[in-house]
This record gives sequence, C-alpha cells and structure tokens, in this order.
Amino acid sequence: MLKVQNINKSYADVKALKDISFNVSKGELFGFIGPDGAGKTTLLRIITTLLLADDGSAKVNGYDVVKDYLKIRKIVGYMPGKFSLYQDLTVLENLEFFATVFGTSIDENYDLIKDIYSQIEPFKHRRAGKLSGGMKQKLALSCALIHKPKVLILDEPTTGVDAVSRMEFWDMLKNIQKKDISILVSTPYMDEASLCDRVALIQKGELMSIDTPQNIIKLFNKNLLAVRADNMYKLLLDLRNFEHTDSVFLFGQYLHLTMKNNLSDKKLLNNYLANKKYSNIEIFDIEPNIEDCFMDLMGGVKN
Amino acid sequence: MNTDKEIIRAKGLTKKFGNFTANDNLTFEVYQGEIFGFLGANGAGKTTAMRILCGLSSPTSGEISVAGYDVYHEAEKIKKNIGYMSQKFSLYEDLTVSENIRFYSGIYGMSRKQIREKTKSLLEELDMYNYKDKLISSLPLGWKQKLAFSVAIFHNPKIVFLDEPTSGVDPITRRQFWNLIYKAANNDITIFITTHYMDEAEYCDRVSIMVDGKIEALDTPQKLKKKFNAENMNDVFLKIARRQ
Repeated sequence: MLKVQNINKSYADVKALKDISFNVSKGELFGFIGPDGAGKTTLLRIITTLLLADDGSAKVNGYDVVKDYLKIRKIVGYMPGKFSLYQDLTVLENLEFFATVFGTSIDENYDLIKDIYSQIEPFKHRRAGKLSGGMKQKLALSCALIHKPKVLILDEPTTGVDAVSRMEFWDMLKNIQKKDISILVSTPYMDEASLCDRVALIQKGELMSIDTPQNIIKLFNKNLLAVRADNMYKLLLDLRNFEHTDSVFLFGQYLHLTMKNNLSDKKLLNNYLANKKYSNIEIFDIEPNIEDCFMDLMGGVKN
Repeated sequence: MNTDKEIIRAKGLTKKFGNFTANDNLTFEVYQGEIFGFLGANGAGKTTAMRILCGLSSPTSGEISVAGYDVYHEAEKIKKNIGYMSQKFSLYEDLTVSENIRFYSGIYGMSRKQIREKTKSLLEELDMYNYKDKLISSLPLGWKQKLAFSVAIFHNPKIVFLDEPTSGVDPITRRQFWNLIYKAANNDITIFITTHYMDEAEYCDRVSIMVDGKIEALDTPQKLKKKFNAENMNDVFLKIARRQ
C-alpha cells in the first residue's frame, strides 16, 4: 500500500531524513515512534505530497508522490499535527466542506465515521474553534475519513492529550483499521508502540529499527534489572557510580539497570546497596519495553 | 519532601467564568523541596489553577498564598519569588544562550556580577559552555528544555512551575531533565509540575489528580496505587478520570 525507498531530505545544513525505506501493507497499522525533531512530520508530508524529497521515491497504492500527486490526494486522509480545520465554520459545515471537495457527501460515507462523529453530532452547529481539544480531534478525524481514503495518515494525534483520551483515540484507530484502511501514525509516546502492528523507531532522521513491537523487544539482548529502594534520587546517583553499571535510567517507580559484560548479579548489586545502608531494596529481572529498546538503540549514554 | 514548610497553601480555591466553575473548592498544600505532580485530563482546570498560583489571574474565592504571599494583594511579590517554564514558550529563539540567561536574570533583578559568575558555572554544568553564543533556535529541543529549566530557577526561586516541560522530548533527555528536577528539589526548590507521561507521575513525592475542576485524589504515588488497587500511576489515572 505504501512503499518508501531511500528518501533523503535536507533543510539547509540540517539532514532531516537520511535514507529512509519502509513498506506498509494493506490494512496495517504502522507507527512512527520518535521524539520531536526526529523527522516524522517531514516524512509524512513527503508521503502526503505536500513536500518534495531531495531524492528517493515513495509510492502510495502504486502512485508516485511526484508524478501522480493528484491521484494520491484522493485516496489519502491526512490529519496534521496542528488543528487545521476552519475555526469559524461549524462542525457540520467543516464536514460538508471536506465531503464536497472530495466529491462525496456525508450520507454516502456516514457508516465509516458514525462511531466517531456521533459523539460530536450533538454539537454540530457549534463553531469548530469553540470545541474542546478532544472534540476537535474527533472532528478532524471525521474530516480525514469522509472521502473513504485507502490510507489514513495521522501526525502526532495524541500529543499533549491526557491518558484517558489517548486510550480512546487508539480504540478508534483500531476500529478504522478493521474497515481495511491502512494507517500510518506518528507519536512521541513510546508506550503507544505496542498498539501498532509494526513500528519504525526514528531518531535524528534515521530509522533505528523497523519491526513488530514484540520482535524489537526480543532483539534487546541485555539482562535488564529493575531496582528500587527508599530515596530513589540518591539510589540513581549511587548506581551511576557502581563499577558494574553499564546503564541506569529512571523508569516509573523503578530504575532499569544493565550491568557491564551483560552480568546479571543481583547479589553483587544487593550487597553494594546494603553496604550503603539502603532500606526496602527490591531487585528483580524485568522484561524490557519499547522505551528501553529505544534508549539502547540511541546508544544510551550513561548520563 | 525535605521540610514541612508550606510553600503553597490553598484553601477553597475557586474560579468561575460566568456559570462555569473551572476550579471548584481546591484545598491543598505543597511543601518546601517537594516535587508535586499536578495531573488531570485536558480541560480539568489545571492551567486555570496554575495561572492563579503564579499570580497571573485572581481567584473568585478562597484563601491562597504562594511563597508566603497572598494571591489577591501580593501578586507582584509572588511573581518575583517563583520560576515558570512551559513546553510552548520558554526561551527567545533569536537570542543566544547567554543573552537569554542575561535577559531573564536581569528581569529578576540579579546584578551583572552575579549573572556573569553564575552563567559560567551553569553552562559548564550543562556541558553547554561552547554553545554560549549560539542562537537558541539552533539547539535541539532537549537542550532548550534543559536550559529553559535552568534559566527558570537561575534566580533561586522558592518554587518553580513546570507546564508539560518534557512533552515530545526524547526518552534519554527526558530522564536527564528529571535529574535536574531532583537536584533542584534537593536544593530546597519546590517543584510544581504537570505532565501527560504517567511514568513521570511516579517520580513525584505527591500527586493530585483533577477531574472537572475538582481534586479527586491527592497522595503519594505508592498510596494512590494501593488505594485504587492499581499496578502503576497510569492505571490510577485511568480509574479516576474514567469514573466520570
């Protein structure tokens, strides 16, 4: 459905994308995971024909992003990172506008957007600019879907959104996916990786890994320990100075630690902490998550 | 939490906009050197409360003091004794690193000598001394955010307000940022922070969770997890915010 090959893009001296290649299959939910400035938006804009790459090629449903850009625009639904609907049109007017531009009507594709749109339909005469963040998001998604696209492309739809609304949004994406629409979504939240079929981890314009979340985690080939004790900040500082520490990071209520030479000596670690008079020491093996993998791929500097 | 000295004292903080109650009778204290997580769903009223605590907006009712000053009559004194940083706006992009530091510390009334000495030690600590004459716009986001935080506490305020400071920052820099927070808290600066990263809620001494203008829960992460029978703070948050 989507085929991207050796894409490069620079802005003046800054290389925003370096030799990016990947494919997305029909009906797949594919995630781009990376922080701000990684190049996610640049890439999505190239795929949606809004920006030209320096070199390389990209095809959507067999259409080339340069030669066939008009055809691509008809089959792609795009929700940019910044709310881009007409603030002074009402909910209904916005939706009608997008339906008309794409030569269709709300009635024709109502089924596709029903689950999402019905939640904001009671406010259909309200101006888009007056909606809450969550309602704007639902309207933007409805507008991106109203022409029944083959590919839905979403640029950081959940950034700055609270944990509850994020979860609801992902439920909506899963439902859209069931209607045979391929989805390409970018996010800076590492925990959302597990909700995708496959993900690409991107950092400073480079793809560090492309695989299923499960496989990415499998490839993390170090023994990871979770550690906690009273006074976590002191614990972090002390563990940084522990001679066997390879990397140590805060991770929610625990610290995640790897030891040099892939050692996993809990006793050694426990002795070290007991000598420093820590109380309530907990040490156990833990499965890495995507964020561990991401930091490891970044070359996890011990800092 | 280092001491039991109250830096924020809010009793019945209420803010109404017409018929809409954005903050409904909030009562809480925040202590010196404490890292206080101020959580809530979008639209729950966090920003409104934060603006009041920063002296930028007056409450409709309630007794509120920040850093020992009353929000109704001493808002200007509050502004001098706090630091503030947000994800959206922190530093001037078209000023250099050292110009930004000079600008902010000048506003807070520090002397030239103080500024000069402290700038050098700060930039060395952040490993950014060689970048002191670079424009902010040329720095990576993570550096900007670390610098913005350091600038926000440069005048040694009693409390610093952080509004989603780590949004979109890469995972390693996000943790470096938290190191700075811990360090500041260790130096008795109170940290008042909002975030959508629930793992960061675990790093706080105490967190409050706001729903529809009210504080629905306030305690240490450990106690909240126990109370709501949840594995982590994400579950606690979902349970509280979804009950409505």
